[in-house]
Amino acid sequence: MRKFLLTCLITCLVVIPTSAQEITIAAAADLNAALTEIVRQYSATPNVSVKLSFGASGNLFNQIRNGAPFDIFFSADEDYPKQLIEQGLAEKNTLYRYAVGRLVLWVPTDSPVDIDHKGLQSLNDPYFKKIAIANPQHAPYGRAAVAALRTAGVYDQISDRLVLGENVSQAAQFVESGNAQAGLVALSHALAPAMKGKGRYWEVPLNLYPTLNQAAVILSHSQNKAAAMRFLEYLNTAPAQSVLKNYGFSHPSERKQ
Amino acid sequence: MIDWNAFWLTVRLATLVALILFVIGVPLAAWISGSRWRWKFLLEAVVALPVILPPTVLGFYILTALGTRSPLGRYWQSLTGHTLAFTFEGLVIGSVLYSLPFAVQPFAAAFDSIDRKLVQASYTLGVPRIKTFWRVVLPLSKSGLITGVALSFAHTLGEFGVVLMVGGNIPGITRTVSVDIFDQVQAGNYASANHTSLVLLVISISILSFIYSLNRKARPGWSWR
Repeated sequence: MRKFLLTCLITCLVVIPTSAQEITIAAAADLNAALTEIVRQYSATPNVSVKLSFGASGNLFNQIRNGAPFDIFFSADEDYPKQLIEQGLAEKNTLYRYAVGRLVLWVPTDSPVDIDHKGLQSLNDPYFKKIAIANPQHAPYGRAAVAALRTAGVYDQISDRLVLGENVSQAAQFVESGNAQAGLVALSHALAPAMKGKGRYWEVPLNLYPTLNQAAVILSHSQNKAAAMRFLEYLNTAPAQSVLKNYGFSHPSERKQ
Repeated sequence: MIDWNAFWLTVRLATLVALILFVIGVPLAAWISGSRWRWKFLLEAVVALPVILPPTVLGFYILTALGTRSPLGRYWQSLTGHTLAFTFEGLVIGSVLYSLPFAVQPFAAAFDSIDRKLVQASYTLGVPRIKTFWRVVLPLSKSGLITGVALSFAHTLGEFGVVLMVGGNIPGITRTVSVDIFDQVQAGNYASANHTSLVLLVISISILSFIYSLNRKARPGWSWR
Protein backbone atom coordinates (compact mmCIF):
# COMPACT_ATOMS: atom_id res chain seq x y z
CA MET A 1 0.00 0.00 0.00
CA ARG A 2 2.73 2.42 0.97
CA LYS A 3 4.63 1.58 -2.20
CA PHE A 4 1.49 2.20 -4.23
CA LEU A 5 0.97 5.63 -2.68
CA LEU A 6 4.58 6.53 -3.25
CA THR A 7 4.32 5.49 -6.91
CA CYS A 8 1.19 7.62 -7.29
CA LEU A 9 2.91 10.61 -5.73
CA ILE A 10 5.97 10.33 -7.92
CA THR A 11 3.82 9.88 -11.03
CA CYS A 12 1.87 13.02 -10.15
CA LEU A 13 5.04 15.00 -9.67
CA VAL A 14 6.82 13.76 -12.78
CA VAL A 15 4.10 13.53 -15.41
CA ILE A 16 3.17 16.91 -16.82
CA PRO A 17 -0.46 17.00 -17.87
CA THR A 18 -0.86 17.94 -21.54
CA SER A 19 -3.98 18.76 -23.46
CA ALA A 20 -4.14 17.79 -27.11
CA GLN A 21 -4.22 21.32 -28.48
CA GLU A 22 -1.79 23.51 -26.67
CA ILE A 23 0.41 26.16 -28.20
CA THR A 24 3.21 27.89 -26.39
CA ILE A 25 4.17 31.38 -27.42
CA ALA A 26 7.38 33.25 -26.71
CA ALA A 27 6.66 36.97 -26.99
CA ALA A 28 8.51 40.26 -26.72
CA ALA A 29 7.98 42.10 -23.44
CA ASP A 30 6.12 45.02 -25.07
CA LEU A 31 3.29 42.61 -25.99
CA ASN A 32 2.59 41.67 -22.38
CA ALA A 33 -0.79 43.35 -21.98
CA ALA A 34 -1.96 43.21 -25.62
CA LEU A 35 -1.20 39.55 -26.32
CA THR A 36 -2.60 38.45 -22.97
CA GLU A 37 -5.88 40.14 -23.90
CA ILE A 38 -5.90 38.65 -27.42
CA VAL A 39 -5.27 35.18 -26.01
CA ARG A 40 -8.13 35.65 -23.54
CA GLN A 41 -10.46 36.48 -26.45
CA TYR A 42 -9.11 33.64 -28.54
CA SER A 43 -9.48 30.94 -25.92
CA ALA A 44 -13.18 31.80 -25.55
CA THR A 45 -13.99 30.12 -28.87
CA PRO A 46 -12.06 27.00 -29.96
CA ASN A 47 -10.68 24.28 -27.66
CA VAL A 48 -7.09 25.43 -27.78
CA SER A 49 -5.08 26.55 -24.82
CA VAL A 50 -2.37 29.13 -25.35
CA LYS A 51 0.55 29.58 -23.00
CA LEU A 52 2.48 32.84 -23.01
CA SER A 53 6.06 33.48 -22.04
CA PHE A 54 7.39 37.05 -22.14
CA GLY A 55 10.94 38.35 -22.24
CA ALA A 56 13.47 40.41 -24.16
CA SER A 57 13.41 39.31 -27.81
CA GLY A 58 17.15 38.57 -27.72
CA ASN A 59 16.72 36.46 -24.62
CA LEU A 60 13.89 34.45 -26.19
CA PHE A 61 15.87 34.14 -29.43
CA ASN A 62 18.73 32.55 -27.49
CA GLN A 63 16.39 30.22 -25.65
CA ILE A 64 14.91 29.10 -28.99
CA ARG A 65 18.38 28.55 -30.45
CA ASN A 66 19.02 26.28 -27.50
CA GLY A 67 15.90 24.23 -28.02
CA ALA A 68 13.20 25.98 -25.98
CA PRO A 69 9.91 24.24 -26.80
CA PHE A 70 7.92 27.19 -28.18
CA ASP A 71 5.54 27.03 -31.15
CA ILE A 72 5.46 30.71 -32.11
CA PHE A 73 7.95 33.50 -31.53
CA PHE A 74 6.67 37.08 -31.46
CA SER A 75 9.71 39.31 -31.68
CA ALA A 76 9.88 43.09 -31.20
CA ASP A 77 11.87 43.32 -34.42
CA GLU A 78 12.21 41.30 -37.59
CA ASP A 79 15.92 40.48 -37.37
CA TYR A 80 15.62 37.75 -34.77
CA PRO A 81 12.86 35.85 -36.66
CA LYS A 82 14.85 36.19 -39.89
CA GLN A 83 17.97 34.82 -38.21
CA LEU A 84 15.97 31.86 -36.95
CA ILE A 85 14.75 31.21 -40.50
CA GLU A 86 18.34 31.39 -41.80
CA GLN A 87 19.44 28.91 -39.17
CA GLY A 88 16.65 26.55 -40.15
CA LEU A 89 14.93 26.94 -36.78
CA ALA A 90 11.79 28.67 -38.08
CA GLU A 91 9.44 28.19 -41.02
CA LYS A 92 10.27 30.65 -43.77
CA ASN A 93 6.78 31.11 -45.20
CA THR A 94 5.24 31.85 -41.79
CA LEU A 95 7.06 35.15 -41.19
CA TYR A 96 4.32 37.61 -40.34
CA ARG A 97 4.75 41.31 -39.60
CA TYR A 98 2.00 41.85 -37.10
CA ALA A 99 2.66 45.39 -35.87
CA VAL A 100 4.91 48.39 -35.78
CA GLY A 101 6.13 49.16 -32.25
CA ARG A 102 6.34 52.71 -30.96
CA LEU A 103 8.89 54.15 -28.56
CA VAL A 104 7.79 56.78 -26.03
CA LEU A 105 9.45 58.94 -23.40
CA TRP A 106 7.50 58.35 -20.18
CA VAL A 107 7.62 60.33 -16.94
CA PRO A 108 5.50 60.03 -13.77
CA THR A 109 2.58 62.47 -13.42
CA ASP A 110 4.32 64.49 -10.70
CA SER A 111 7.42 65.13 -12.83
CA PRO A 112 8.10 68.88 -13.09
CA VAL A 113 9.86 68.57 -16.46
CA ASP A 114 8.05 69.63 -19.62
CA ILE A 115 8.57 66.73 -21.98
CA ASP A 116 5.81 67.71 -24.41
CA HIS A 117 7.70 70.59 -25.95
CA LYS A 118 11.32 69.61 -25.57
CA GLY A 119 11.00 65.87 -26.19
CA LEU A 120 14.29 64.00 -25.87
CA GLN A 121 16.16 67.29 -25.31
CA SER A 122 14.40 67.54 -21.95
CA LEU A 123 16.52 64.61 -20.77
CA ASN A 124 19.40 67.07 -20.35
CA ASP A 125 17.51 68.41 -17.34
CA PRO A 126 19.47 67.43 -14.18
CA TYR A 127 16.16 66.50 -12.55
CA PHE A 128 16.48 63.21 -14.42
CA LYS A 129 19.02 61.38 -12.25
CA LYS A 130 18.27 58.00 -13.75
CA ILE A 131 16.81 57.28 -17.18
CA ALA A 132 15.60 53.74 -17.79
CA ILE A 133 15.92 52.00 -21.15
CA ALA A 134 15.90 48.33 -22.15
CA ASN A 135 19.30 46.65 -22.51
CA PRO A 136 20.34 47.39 -26.13
CA GLN A 137 22.42 44.21 -26.19
CA HIS A 138 19.39 41.99 -26.41
CA ALA A 139 16.24 44.12 -26.48
CA PRO A 140 15.08 45.78 -29.73
CA TYR A 141 13.45 48.61 -27.75
CA GLY A 142 16.80 49.24 -26.07
CA ARG A 143 18.46 49.52 -29.49
CA ALA A 144 15.68 51.85 -30.66
CA ALA A 145 16.14 53.99 -27.55
CA VAL A 146 19.90 54.31 -28.03
CA ALA A 147 19.42 55.12 -31.73
CA ALA A 148 16.84 57.81 -30.92
CA LEU A 149 19.05 59.34 -28.21
CA ARG A 150 21.98 59.43 -30.62
CA THR A 151 19.95 60.96 -33.45
CA ALA A 152 18.59 63.58 -31.06
CA GLY A 153 22.20 64.33 -30.07
CA VAL A 154 21.73 63.79 -26.34
CA TYR A 155 23.23 60.33 -25.89
CA ASP A 156 26.72 61.45 -24.86
CA GLN A 157 25.42 63.92 -22.27
CA ILE A 158 23.08 61.44 -20.59
CA SER A 159 24.76 58.05 -21.10
CA ASP A 160 26.10 57.96 -17.52
CA ARG A 161 22.56 58.36 -16.19
CA LEU A 162 21.13 55.40 -18.11
CA VAL A 163 19.96 52.33 -16.23
CA LEU A 164 19.28 49.19 -18.21
CA GLY A 165 16.25 46.97 -17.75
CA GLU A 166 16.67 43.33 -18.66
CA ASN A 167 13.80 43.89 -21.09
CA VAL A 168 11.60 46.88 -21.92
CA SER A 169 9.02 45.89 -19.29
CA GLN A 170 11.65 46.07 -16.56
CA ALA A 171 12.69 49.51 -17.86
CA ALA A 172 9.04 50.54 -17.60
CA GLN A 173 8.85 49.11 -14.08
CA PHE A 174 11.98 51.06 -13.02
CA VAL A 175 10.31 54.36 -13.93
CA GLU A 176 6.80 53.36 -12.87
CA SER A 177 8.11 52.51 -9.36
CA GLY A 178 9.76 55.93 -9.18
CA ASN A 179 13.32 54.61 -8.99
CA ALA A 180 14.14 56.19 -12.36
CA GLN A 181 12.72 59.62 -13.19
CA ALA A 182 12.21 58.96 -16.90
CA GLY A 183 12.12 55.99 -19.22
CA LEU A 184 12.16 55.19 -22.91
CA VAL A 185 9.57 52.45 -23.07
CA ALA A 186 7.03 50.97 -25.46
CA LEU A 187 3.86 52.91 -26.21
CA SER A 188 2.04 49.70 -25.26
CA HIS A 189 3.33 50.15 -21.68
CA ALA A 190 2.16 53.75 -21.49
CA LEU A 191 -1.30 52.61 -22.59
CA ALA A 192 -1.48 49.49 -20.40
CA PRO A 193 -3.61 49.56 -17.23
CA ALA A 194 -0.54 49.21 -14.99
CA MET A 195 0.85 52.59 -16.08
CA LYS A 196 -2.07 54.47 -17.57
CA GLY A 197 -2.95 57.52 -15.48
CA LYS A 198 0.32 57.32 -13.54
CA GLY A 199 2.32 59.36 -15.99
CA ARG A 200 2.66 61.39 -19.16
CA TYR A 201 4.34 60.32 -22.35
CA TRP A 202 5.83 61.84 -25.48
CA GLU A 203 5.94 59.76 -28.66
CA VAL A 204 9.42 59.60 -30.11
CA PRO A 205 9.13 60.57 -33.80
CA LEU A 206 9.59 57.58 -36.12
CA ASN A 207 12.40 59.27 -38.04
CA LEU A 208 14.66 59.20 -34.97
CA TYR A 209 15.13 55.42 -34.84
CA PRO A 210 14.93 52.43 -37.20
CA THR A 211 11.32 51.26 -37.44
CA LEU A 212 10.40 48.50 -35.01
CA ASN A 213 8.83 46.14 -37.53
CA GLN A 214 7.62 43.48 -35.16
CA ALA A 215 7.43 40.04 -36.73
CA ALA A 216 6.24 36.61 -35.65
CA VAL A 217 7.31 33.23 -36.96
CA ILE A 218 6.36 29.58 -36.39
CA LEU A 219 9.24 27.47 -35.14
CA SER A 220 10.42 24.43 -37.08
CA HIS A 221 10.30 21.95 -34.21
CA SER A 222 6.72 22.90 -33.27
CA GLN A 223 4.43 19.89 -32.91
CA ASN A 224 1.32 22.05 -33.31
CA LYS A 225 1.98 23.96 -36.52
CA ALA A 226 -1.64 23.87 -37.65
CA ALA A 227 -2.91 25.28 -34.37
CA ALA A 228 -0.10 27.85 -34.36
CA MET A 229 -1.01 28.91 -37.90
CA ARG A 230 -4.64 29.36 -36.89
CA PHE A 231 -3.56 31.64 -34.05
CA LEU A 232 -1.46 33.76 -36.43
CA GLU A 233 -4.45 34.00 -38.76
CA TYR A 234 -6.60 35.09 -35.84
CA LEU A 235 -4.30 38.08 -35.37
CA ASN A 236 -5.54 39.43 -38.69
CA THR A 237 -9.15 39.48 -37.56
CA ALA A 238 -10.89 42.66 -36.46
CA PRO A 239 -11.09 41.89 -32.71
CA ALA A 240 -7.37 41.10 -32.45
CA GLN A 241 -6.41 44.09 -34.57
CA SER A 242 -8.46 46.41 -32.41
CA VAL A 243 -6.66 45.18 -29.27
CA LEU A 244 -3.27 45.81 -30.90
CA LYS A 245 -4.47 49.24 -31.94
CA ASN A 246 -5.68 50.04 -28.41
CA TYR A 247 -2.17 49.35 -27.14
CA GLY A 248 -0.65 51.70 -29.67
CA PHE A 249 0.61 49.21 -32.22
CA SER A 250 0.05 50.36 -35.77
CA HIS A 251 -0.53 47.90 -38.59
CA PRO A 252 2.54 47.45 -40.83
CA SER A 253 0.50 48.55 -43.87
CA GLU A 254 -0.29 51.96 -42.38
CA ARG A 255 2.23 54.72 -42.92
CA LYS A 256 2.34 57.03 -39.95
CA GLN A 257 4.13 60.39 -40.00
CA MET B 1 36.33 40.56 -24.14
CA ILE B 2 36.37 39.94 -20.40
CA ASP B 3 34.93 42.82 -18.41
CA TRP B 4 37.56 43.18 -15.65
CA ASN B 5 35.63 46.13 -14.25
CA ALA B 6 32.81 43.76 -13.42
CA PHE B 7 35.25 41.42 -11.66
CA TRP B 8 36.77 44.18 -9.59
CA LEU B 9 33.31 45.46 -8.69
CA THR B 10 32.13 42.00 -7.66
CA VAL B 11 35.19 41.30 -5.51
CA ARG B 12 34.81 44.72 -3.86
CA LEU B 13 31.14 44.05 -3.18
CA ALA B 14 31.77 40.57 -1.76
CA THR B 15 34.66 41.74 0.46
CA LEU B 16 32.67 44.66 1.83
CA VAL B 17 29.63 42.47 2.50
CA ALA B 18 31.75 39.81 4.25
CA LEU B 19 33.33 42.52 6.44
CA ILE B 20 30.00 44.10 7.35
CA LEU B 21 28.50 40.71 8.09
CA PHE B 22 31.42 39.88 10.36
CA VAL B 23 30.95 43.11 12.29
CA ILE B 24 27.18 42.79 12.72
CA GLY B 25 27.04 38.99 12.58
CA VAL B 26 29.35 38.25 15.52
CA PRO B 27 27.36 40.22 18.16
CA LEU B 28 24.08 38.96 16.71
CA ALA B 29 25.27 35.34 16.76
CA ALA B 30 26.75 35.77 20.25
CA TRP B 31 23.41 37.06 21.47
CA ILE B 32 21.48 34.24 19.76
CA SER B 33 23.85 31.66 21.18
CA GLY B 34 23.90 33.07 24.70
CA SER B 35 20.34 34.26 25.13
CA ARG B 36 17.65 32.26 26.91
CA TRP B 37 14.89 34.60 25.80
CA ARG B 38 11.60 32.81 25.17
CA TRP B 39 10.94 34.33 21.74
CA LYS B 40 14.49 33.88 20.49
CA PHE B 41 13.28 31.41 17.87
CA LEU B 42 11.42 34.25 16.14
CA LEU B 43 14.65 36.16 15.61
CA GLU B 44 16.38 32.98 14.45
CA ALA B 45 13.59 32.48 11.93
CA VAL B 46 13.99 36.03 10.62
CA VAL B 47 17.76 35.58 10.29
CA ALA B 48 17.25 32.32 8.37
CA LEU B 49 14.61 33.85 6.08
CA PRO B 50 16.89 34.60 3.11
CA VAL B 51 17.73 30.90 2.84
CA ILE B 52 14.24 30.14 1.60
CA LEU B 53 12.99 33.51 0.39
CA PRO B 54 13.63 34.08 -3.34
CA PRO B 55 15.93 37.03 -4.10
CA THR B 56 13.14 38.47 -6.20
CA VAL B 57 11.17 39.23 -3.02
CA LEU B 58 14.05 41.23 -1.59
CA GLY B 59 14.58 42.96 -4.95
CA PHE B 60 10.90 43.81 -5.16
CA TYR B 61 10.88 45.40 -1.71
CA ILE B 62 14.04 47.38 -2.36
CA LEU B 63 12.39 48.80 -5.48
CA THR B 64 8.99 49.53 -3.94
CA ALA B 65 9.30 49.81 -0.14
CA LEU B 66 12.53 51.76 -0.48
CA GLY B 67 11.56 53.59 -3.69
CA THR B 68 10.36 57.18 -3.95
CA ARG B 69 6.76 56.14 -3.35
CA SER B 70 7.35 55.08 0.27
CA PRO B 71 8.11 57.24 3.36
CA LEU B 72 11.16 55.11 4.16
CA GLY B 73 12.44 55.56 0.62
CA ARG B 74 11.86 59.33 0.74
CA TYR B 75 13.72 59.51 4.05
CA TRP B 76 16.67 57.66 2.52
CA GLN B 77 16.50 59.97 -0.48
CA SER B 78 16.56 63.08 1.73
CA LEU B 79 19.70 61.71 3.42
CA THR B 80 21.60 60.60 0.36
CA GLY B 81 19.97 62.39 -2.56
CA HIS B 82 19.08 59.22 -4.43
CA THR B 83 17.15 55.97 -4.08
CA LEU B 84 18.80 52.69 -3.17
CA ALA B 85 18.12 51.13 -6.55
CA PHE B 86 20.86 51.49 -9.17
CA THR B 87 23.57 52.29 -6.59
CA PHE B 88 26.50 50.36 -5.15
CA GLU B 89 25.14 51.00 -1.63
CA GLY B 90 21.88 49.42 -2.72
CA LEU B 91 23.73 46.29 -3.78
CA VAL B 92 25.69 46.25 -0.51
CA ILE B 93 22.56 46.55 1.62
CA GLY B 94 20.70 43.97 -0.46
CA SER B 95 23.62 41.55 -0.27
CA VAL B 96 24.09 42.01 3.47
CA LEU B 97 20.44 41.11 4.04
CA TYR B 98 20.58 38.29 1.54
CA SER B 99 23.77 36.71 2.95
CA LEU B 100 22.95 37.27 6.63
CA PRO B 101 22.19 33.61 7.53
CA PHE B 102 25.34 32.42 5.78
CA ALA B 103 27.38 34.40 8.31
CA VAL B 104 25.23 34.30 11.43
CA GLN B 105 24.40 30.59 11.42
CA PRO B 106 28.01 29.30 11.33
CA PHE B 107 28.99 31.95 13.91
CA ALA B 108 26.17 30.91 16.24
CA ALA B 109 26.95 27.21 15.77
CA ALA B 110 30.58 27.88 16.69
CA PHE B 111 29.60 29.80 19.83
CA ASP B 112 27.14 27.05 20.75
CA SER B 113 29.82 24.39 20.64
CA ILE B 114 32.12 26.13 23.09
CA ASP B 115 32.42 24.41 26.43
CA ARG B 116 30.58 26.74 28.82
CA LYS B 117 32.91 25.67 31.66
CA LEU B 118 35.78 27.53 29.98
CA VAL B 119 33.75 30.72 29.88
CA GLN B 120 32.66 30.25 33.49
CA ALA B 121 36.27 29.59 34.53
CA SER B 122 37.24 32.88 32.93
CA TYR B 123 34.48 34.68 34.83
CA THR B 124 35.52 33.13 38.15
CA LEU B 125 39.05 34.39 37.52
CA GLY B 126 37.57 37.88 37.40
CA VAL B 127 37.88 38.49 33.65
CA PRO B 128 35.10 40.84 32.45
CA ARG B 129 32.50 39.58 29.94
CA ILE B 130 33.72 41.51 26.92
CA LYS B 131 37.32 40.52 27.55
CA THR B 132 36.30 36.89 28.02
CA PHE B 133 34.50 37.07 24.70
CA TRP B 134 37.60 38.40 22.98
CA ARG B 135 40.16 36.16 24.70
CA VAL B 136 38.23 32.90 25.12
CA VAL B 137 35.12 32.69 22.95
CA LEU B 138 36.40 34.20 19.70
CA PRO B 139 39.68 32.22 19.51
CA LEU B 140 37.81 28.98 20.24
CA SER B 141 35.31 29.79 17.44
CA LYS B 142 37.94 30.54 14.82
CA SER B 143 36.88 27.74 12.52
CA GLY B 144 33.20 28.74 12.54
CA LEU B 145 34.07 32.41 12.04
CA ILE B 146 36.21 31.61 9.00
CA THR B 147 33.45 29.44 7.56
CA GLY B 148 30.86 32.20 8.05
CA VAL B 149 33.03 34.85 6.42
CA ALA B 150 33.91 32.52 3.53
CA LEU B 151 30.30 31.59 2.95
CA SER B 152 29.03 35.16 3.00
CA PHE B 153 31.81 36.18 0.61
CA ALA B 154 31.06 33.30 -1.73
CA HIS B 155 27.32 33.82 -1.56
CA THR B 156 27.69 37.48 -2.53
CA LEU B 157 30.07 36.60 -5.35
CA GLY B 158 27.38 34.34 -6.79
CA GLU B 159 24.45 36.67 -6.19
CA PHE B 160 22.30 37.34 -9.22
CA GLY B 161 18.60 37.84 -8.61
CA VAL B 162 18.74 40.92 -6.39
CA VAL B 163 21.35 42.57 -8.60
CA LEU B 164 19.33 41.92 -11.74
CA MET B 165 16.21 43.37 -10.16
CA VAL B 166 17.60 46.53 -8.57
CA GLY B 167 20.99 47.08 -10.21
CA GLY B 168 20.04 48.65 -13.53
CA ASN B 169 23.18 47.17 -15.10
CA ILE B 170 25.41 50.25 -14.79
CA PRO B 171 29.04 49.52 -15.75
CA GLY B 172 31.43 49.98 -12.80
CA ILE B 173 28.59 50.53 -10.32
CA THR B 174 26.09 47.70 -10.48
CA ARG B 175 27.19 45.44 -13.37
CA THR B 176 28.53 42.47 -11.44
CA VAL B 177 30.12 39.42 -13.04
CA SER B 178 26.97 37.32 -12.75
CA VAL B 179 24.92 39.98 -14.56
CA ASP B 180 27.70 40.44 -17.13
CA ILE B 181 27.65 36.69 -17.88
CA PHE B 182 23.85 36.79 -18.16
CA ASP B 183 24.15 39.67 -20.65
CA GLN B 184 26.77 37.89 -22.73
CA VAL B 185 24.56 34.80 -22.95
CA GLN B 186 21.47 36.85 -23.88
CA ALA B 187 23.44 38.62 -26.58
CA GLY B 188 24.63 35.26 -27.91
CA ASN B 189 28.31 35.93 -27.10
CA TYR B 190 28.87 32.41 -25.83
CA ALA B 191 32.66 32.66 -26.19
CA SER B 192 32.87 35.73 -23.91
CA ALA B 193 30.40 34.19 -21.48
CA ASN B 194 32.56 31.09 -21.39
CA HIS B 195 35.78 33.02 -20.74
CA THR B 196 34.22 35.13 -18.02
CA SER B 197 32.66 32.07 -16.38
CA LEU B 198 35.96 30.21 -16.41
CA VAL B 199 37.80 33.12 -14.81
CA LEU B 200 35.07 33.40 -12.16
CA LEU B 201 35.32 29.67 -11.51
CA VAL B 202 39.10 29.87 -11.04
CA ILE B 203 38.86 32.95 -8.81
CA SER B 204 36.13 31.39 -6.68
CA ILE B 205 37.91 28.09 -6.16
CA SER B 206 41.19 29.87 -5.36
CA ILE B 207 39.66 32.20 -2.80
CA LEU B 208 37.68 29.42 -1.15
CA SER B 209 40.69 27.05 -1.07
CA PHE B 210 42.78 29.77 0.50
CA ILE B 211 40.20 30.52 3.16
CA TYR B 212 39.59 26.88 4.00
CA SER B 213 43.36 26.25 4.12
CA LEU B 214 43.45 28.71 7.05
CA ASN B 215 40.88 26.47 8.63
CA ARG B 216 42.91 23.26 8.68
CA LYS B 217 42.30 21.35 11.85
CA ALA B 218 45.18 20.68 14.21
CA ARG B 219 43.42 17.75 15.80
CA PRO B 220 43.43 14.27 14.29
CA GLY B 221 40.60 13.28 11.93
CA TRP B 222 37.97 10.69 12.66
CA SER B 223 39.52 7.30 13.16
CA TRP B 224 37.29 5.22 10.92
CA ARG B 225 39.32 2.04 11.14
